[in-house]
Amino acid sequence: MSAHEIHALSGAYAVDALDDLERARFEDHMAACAECRAEVAGLQDTTLLLAGLSDTAPAPELRAKILADIKTVRPLPPVLARITPRRPRRWANLVAAAAVLGVIGGGTAVWQNVHQSTPTPGISQADRVIEASDVQLSNASLGKNVSASLFRSKDVGSAVIVTRNMPAAPSGRVYELWLRDKTGTLQPAGLMTKGGDSKILLTGDAVDATGGGITVEPKGGSKTPTTSPIAVFDFKQST
Amino acid sequence: MPHLQPVPTGDPSPAESSAATLAAQLRASARGDEQAFAALYDATSARVHGLVLRVIRDPSQSEEVTQEVFLQVWRTAARYDESKGSALSWLMTLAHRRAVDRVRAAEAVSRQDTSYHQNSQTVPHDVTAEAAEASMEGRRVRSALAELTPVQREALELAYFGGYTHTEVATMLDLPVGTAKTRIRDGLIRLRDAMGVGQ
Repeated sequence: MSAHEIHALSGAYAVDALDDLERARFEDHMAACAECRAEVAGLQDTTLLLAGLSDTAPAPELRAKILADIKTVRPLPPVLARITPRRPRRWANLVAAAAVLGVIGGGTAVWQNVHQSTPTPGISQADRVIEASDVQLSNASLGKNVSASLFRSKDVGSAVIVTRNMPAAPSGRVYELWLRDKTGTLQPAGLMTKGGDSKILLTGDAVDATGGGITVEPKGGSKTPTTSPIAVFDFKQST
Repeated sequence: MPHLQPVPTGDPSPAESSAATLAAQLRASARGDEQAFAALYDATSARVHGLVLRVIRDPSQSEEVTQEVFLQVWRTAARYDESKGSALSWLMTLAHRRAVDRVRAAEAVSRQDTSYHQNSQTVPHDVTAEAAEASMEGRRVRSALAELTPVQREALELAYFGGYTHTEVATMLDLPVGTAKTRIRDGLIRLRDAMGVGQ
């Protein structure tokens, strides 16, 4: 996303009107953009005026409840400055990806907690897709804490599947990744052998794909799916 | 150790507590000072709860979230960085994020339940809105809001008080995709400039 386009998200960010993906991307951008940081700070201060229109005291019992609660909660230590002056880009992307996938507790972290240093430039093709201004995203949940996301950027001309907590493929089998073409046929787009957290750049025609999927296939993969998909992605329903 | 300034008791308006006082209370809370935290609560709970209630609407859920917000403030007070904004801004940003997270999570669980609450709960903010109207700042904010274009105002209110994403706001207001975020930003900037925020 160009600096100009992402800058336009500052207002929506200040009022929490971004979805998780946009929020993660904007925070990543903001870490490196002093102009956006300053604008967001001013706009957040402006929202305080709106908040001031609705003052309502909570029930009096709440005060005692909260003051009793804090006795059992240890305040966290401050975040110390990192010893390494520059953080590898990989880490920034992990943070962004983790935020997208909701790993960072409830999405309530304020950006200043997450970003302590400026990320360095130089990014992979997969990250280029994820950070593209025209990126489309479709998420699939594969069970408790297991999820996969398909990212596609027509501008970059590629698609990426990001998985989280995938169990390893059954022995003798692999995960096969697919892109669905205009006729609705799944076309092979790559193999994934290991589980866990992966980010895989897909092969094949990403630009015209209408979605994709993941199946479990015999080792070496198949030309067409031989099992029903464990994840289905659809760009039309994506946000 | 910085000295804490006494906070006027019985005054729920954070505007009355200076920014420096709130920041000092937050720093003291980070060191485990329960009294400072109680003072911070007294100075800000009506504002936090009022906002949370406005977004969530359901009174009992709102109370839960207000409780969560203050527990999070207690736990993470050391993470507040004075160089990045005022203590009140940090607190209210956290409260708003938490309220929005709650309505979106509830929506994901059950749209029907949410819409039921939205339709059936009476929101007691009319009274407080009157009180705010009566205050000087409330009047100024309202007249500054009235200066926005209707679309800017509605987009801003749906996002901030409704907890809707800019994409949802675009659909609700029948705007082309991608323009609601611009309306929200334009509205906020106009409001900021009219109210002289940060000057």
